[in-house]
This record gives sequence, C-alpha cells and structure tokens, in this order.
Amino acid sequence: MKILELHHLKKYFATQKAVDDISFDIEQGSIFGLLGPNGAGKTTLLRMITGIFFPDEGEVILDGKKFNPLTDIIKIGYMPEERGLYKKMKIGDQALYLAQLKGLSKNEAVQRIKFWFEKLEMQSWWNKKVEDLSKGMSQKLQFVITVLHEPKLIILDEPFSGLDPVNANLIKDEIYGLAQRGSTIIFSTHRMEQVEEICNHIVLVNLGKKILDGSVQQIKNDFKENIFNIQLSAVPSSAESVAFKIIEQKAGKLIVKINEGFKSNDVLKYFIDQQINIEGFNEILPSLNDIFISLVENTKATTRSFQKVEA
Amino acid sequence: MNKIALIARREFLTRVQKRTFLITTILLPLLFFGFYALMIYFSVSNDEKYNIAVADQANIFKEKIEGDENVTFHFVKNETQQTLKQEIVNGKYDGYAFLPDTTNILNQVNISIVTKKSVGLMSRGKIEDKLNAALQQQRLLEFNISKAQLDSAKKEGNIQFSTIEGKNDTGQEAGISYAIGYVSGFLIYIVLFIYGAMVMRGVMEEKVSRIAEVIVSSVKPFQLMMGKIFGIGAVGLVQFIIWIILMVSLNFLLPVIFPNLAAQMHSANAQNQTMQAAETIKNTGLISNASGINIPLIIGCFIFYFLGGYLLYSSLFACVGSAVNEDPQDAQSLMLPITMPIIFGIVIMTKAVNEPTSGLAVFGSLFPLFSPIVMMARISHGIGNDAVPLWQLLLSMAFLILGFILTTWFAAKVYRTGILMYGKKPTWKEMWKWAFRRA
Repeated sequence: MKILELHHLKKYFATQKAVDDISFDIEQGSIFGLLGPNGAGKTTLLRMITGIFFPDEGEVILDGKKFNPLTDIIKIGYMPEERGLYKKMKIGDQALYLAQLKGLSKNEAVQRIKFWFEKLEMQSWWNKKVEDLSKGMSQKLQFVITVLHEPKLIILDEPFSGLDPVNANLIKDEIYGLAQRGSTIIFSTHRMEQVEEICNHIVLVNLGKKILDGSVQQIKNDFKENIFNIQLSAVPSSAESVAFKIIEQKAGKLIVKINEGFKSNDVLKYFIDQQINIEGFNEILPSLNDIFISLVENTKATTRSFQKVEA
Repeated sequence: MNKIALIARREFLTRVQKRTFLITTILLPLLFFGFYALMIYFSVSNDEKYNIAVADQANIFKEKIEGDENVTFHFVKNETQQTLKQEIVNGKYDGYAFLPDTTNILNQVNISIVTKKSVGLMSRGKIEDKLNAALQQQRLLEFNISKAQLDSAKKEGNIQFSTIEGKNDTGQEAGISYAIGYVSGFLIYIVLFIYGAMVMRGVMEEKVSRIAEVIVSSVKPFQLMMGKIFGIGAVGLVQFIIWIILMVSLNFLLPVIFPNLAAQMHSANAQNQTMQAAETIKNTGLISNASGINIPLIIGCFIFYFLGGYLLYSSLFACVGSAVNEDPQDAQSLMLPITMPIIFGIVIMTKAVNEPTSGLAVFGSLFPLFSPIVMMARISHGIGNDAVPLWQLLLSMAFLILGFILTTWFAAKVYRTGILMYGKKPTWKEMWKWAFRRA
C-alpha cells in the first residue's frame, strides 16, 4: 500500500525552479531516503508534503486521499533542518505545548511524553529549560516531539546532525522500531553512509528534478562496473587475460574489472588454469556516495544556481 | 480556532509568569508615584527660616506684617543700617528691611532688604508676598476702603459659553475634555509602541530560535501570528487594568500615608500662581463638571480604539519581525514606515484636541492609521454636531475594522514567507511582492 504519492509537483520561485515536476511513491512502512546536494530542492519538496507550501502544480496524495493541510497535519511528524525550541520554556511544558498544537488532548499528550521520556531516559529533564541542554540533547528532544503523536508519516531532515554515535544509534533504533510498527519514514540527508545503512528506497534530486529513483540494491546494481575482489594464495607477478583487467594489486589480493562480454566464471577459470588457489571472490558494488558524486558532478551544479527563470 | 487559543494562551502565560512582568507592572507605577511624591515633597517643604528686622522709619506698616513659620518680621526702632548689619553678623537677625523716613505710602515704596546670604527662590517669593500684602492693606486704609469693598470690586463676572444647541460649554468642561482627550490619545500612542514592539520581538525570537518551521508544520502561519497577537494583546490589557487599579488606589492612599503632603500641597497651591488654575477647577467642582462628560462613552471608545489600533499595528509589527533576522538594526529601518503614521497620528491629535471639528481632525479620526489616536482626542468632547457626529464615529469604527482586516491579510502573507526565510533582509518592495504571491 502506498502512503504517499506525489504527482508532477512543481514549485517555482522568482529566481529558480525549486521543484520542477517531481513524482514518486512511497510504500507504507518503508524507510525512504530523499537525497540531494545542498539547494537541490529537498526542503521545498518536504515543505509541500507537510503543507507549509502549496505546490504551484501537481498534487500530493496522502493515504489514498488528496492531502488537506488542515486535517492531515496530525498524520505527519516533521523535523525540519532549521529546527529549534523556545529557549526559556521548560522542556516538559514545551513538549506538551507542541503536542497539543498537533491536536492531541492534554491528558494524552502528557502520557505519551512520559512514555517517550522514560524510553530515552529523559525523565529528569522535565523542569529544565532548553537553554540548559546540549545540542545533542535538544536534538533528542526534537525527535521525541516529532514522533510523539505517532504519525503515519515521519519526515526527518538531517536527523543525526550533531548527535554523538551513542545517541545516533539510539535514534536509529527508534526509527527502525517506528517503521516496524507501520510508520513510514522519509529521511532527507546528504550523508550517504547513513542512507545506505537505513533506507530501503531512495530518490535523488538535483536542480529541482528527480534524477534517480529505486531501491538501494537495485541502484547499486544499475551502477555497478563489474569490479571484483579476488583473494589469492599467491599473487602472480603478471596476469594477462582478455577476460579482465587488473585495476589494483595488493598482497594476496587483486581488484579486477571484467571486460565486456565476459563473466565472473571466466576470471575464476583463468586462475584455476594457472593452478592458483582462490580464497575469496566477491563483487565490489559502488557506494551510494560514489554514485551520488558522479551523478551530481555530471550536472555541474552542486550548489543552487541563480539563473533567471520566468515564474 | 482552537489552535489560536492554545498559542495565545502560551504567549500570555509565558509573559505574565516572567519576573520582569511583575516588576514592570507593579513596581513601575509605585516608582512613578514615589518619584512624583518625592518631587512634590521637596519642592513644597521649605526648611529655610528668616527672621527679618524691619526698620520702618516712615512707619508705613504700622508694625503690622504677618509672618509664618518660615518668615518672621520683627520691627526695630532707633537702629541705623550700620547697627542692623552688625546685628546680622552677630546672628540676631537673618536680614533686615529698610524703609527710609522719606517714604510716602501713596508713591513708589522702595524697600531694600539686606541679608547675610542669598535668599532662596521660595523664601524670596514669600517675603515679597508678605510685604506687598501688608503694603496693600495699609494703602486701603489710607483710601478709606474696607476689605469687603475691595473684594466685591474684584469679583469677576459670571461668563458662560454655550453652543447653539443649548449645550453648556463651560471652560472647565472644555479643559477637562482637553485633558481626557490628550491623555487617552497619548496612552493609545504608547500602547501601540510598547505592545507592537513586543509582538515584533516575539516573532523575531521564533525566527532566531528556529522554532518557526517546527510550529508551522503543525499550525498555519496565520494561526501562529494571530495567536501571538491575541496573547500579547491580553497581556497588554491585563497590564493596563493593573496599572489603572494601582494608580487609582495610590491616589486614595497617598494622602492617608502622607497626611502632611496634602496640606503642604494645598498651601503651596495657594501661593503659587501657576497652580491657581488647577485650584480653581478643584474648588469650583471637578466632580460636578465631569458629570457633563460622557464617561461610559469615553471608556468604551478607549477600549475599542485600544484594541483596534493594537490589532491594526501589531500585525504590521509581526510582519516586520518575520522579515528580519538576528540583527535588531534591520528591524529599525523596516519599522520606519510603521512608526511614521503613529507619530503623525500624535501630531494630528495635538491639533484635534484643540479644534475637534477642524478638517484635519475629521480626516485623522476617520483614517484608520491615525484614528485610534486622533478619535480619542475628539470623542472626549462628546457626541453631537458640535464635536463628533455619530455617523463619523461609526464610520471611523468601520474603517478601523476594515483597516485591521486589510493589514492582517497583508501581514499574514508576508509573515508566511518571511518566517521561513533566512539570509538577507528583504526590502519593503520584496515584502510587497510576497503579499501578492501564491504560496
């Protein structure tokens, strides 16, 4: 079942096309990665999904129905990249206030805050003020506030920035937990190693356009360059074959690129024929980071360009 | 609607629960009154004592000059200026008044007063008054005129002003209307600045602390803005009510706490020329004349224009707050187009309070950017063709409501864009564009 469908979303500002005809679907319960360099239009896209902006064209379908910002806000939890809290307000009061703004009743909000504070060991924070918290601590609080009302769709913009590894793992586990309980998570970032680890499905946007859409595995396969790692008992001083080309040579290890028209078995056969013992053989898939960089560099625009566009 | 109430509640409570709110609300009037009381006390209390020897060689005063606790007169005979000077040096007297024996009471009377040290302003006035009073008394006797005759000669004619509609238009009433109009117009002027700036700072705080987008993902920007405006408006209303209660009760309490003060003020008034005007109003009956002024109308209008003016301007202040970033100097330059009409309003008000039916006053009291200030100055003169015709009042109110809707609409549009914008400060031109853009 699809929780969110975007149909041909467009949002033009005076100086640039922030989002230019983007469509994709997100399955319920999946962890979805929205990737893109700075200024690619991610934040504008998320703001349209959360109802902060109205799209110039296109529509957002949430849970099978056209998205209505007034009634559907409770179904969404959004942690923006530019996030903060009232510095002088007590943490408990603050969480309560923001939960009530989402539409929870006071009693329900108090119960859920207590539940989450206990879970993440934040009980002692209730009467403290935000200005007393470290950046990581307030990040944790932000996360709790975002997921407090158990939204169907959770949107996290750079959720791990400023978190130490321990707290980052804590939050990561909670994200998995929420996904297992049926929430869908949209995860916007430009940190590829996190995406590779967490996301099932990714979309890459650049200059307001979608340039990549698929599961992490599938994308890696699409971009693989037939590079293999071979662990050998003894590395021959020279290995020549029409089947492959040696890229790198290390002690007991060869990294080879298989030539067009040949298969991995041709490589193995070569070494077997040479009476060399093969101890390991595996394919090296490109990292998302590499794919990202190659795609974005191709478009020659890693930052927002300011050419004039008729709105 | 519910969310606006939630936001307004938070805005109200966080401000009212602050220690600074208590301090400014309760201590400020106390300080103000304390300062005022001290000022009166010092200006009235007079510790200087003068014992003055009068060498009246022509016997003009017939040894009759009334003194008081500060100044006493002592007639001396057979003393020359030399011996008197010696006695001053010895400390017997603080000074002497010398009238040579050639003095004629009906001609110019020259009295030279010599003192040890320079005489203070208050005491100088007292000495002059006493001597002149005694002089007048003696002259009357010379002319064979009794005090009663003089008083009846001095009695003023009873001059009454009234308008063509037969309404009593006494000077005192005009004076009180003037005072009420001026004070209430000025109060609204202050309200617009204090609470408008408070709204602006609140919006800036949300932007600087980066909470705006978190909240805007839960509520519409319009709701956030209106909640803030209503919440701070309620703070202002509460603060004003507390101030009014404090002022009134202090007014009653002051004479109880310092009974001497009232008496001293009274005696000071009697002597001080400048205070005599106030005294007349007091004696001839402030209460009886105030009854000619429609107090419920003025209070009702005050509350209406207080709220209307606040709502109209605070949304504009909110829109400036949303446009600027951390730098308060940016706010300053963007605020200019908002503060200008307020200041212009107070200028028109000072004219309107004198001539409530002039063209400028009528215009100012109808135009919604000025009307909260100017109409208060006019309405204190009452409703009617001689002051504010009813249709003008209703039209002004309608315009104010319309103006409030317009500015709120405009501000909401700018606010919605501005609150999520970081980076450089926009110009009014850009903000104007935001208002007419689809979001």
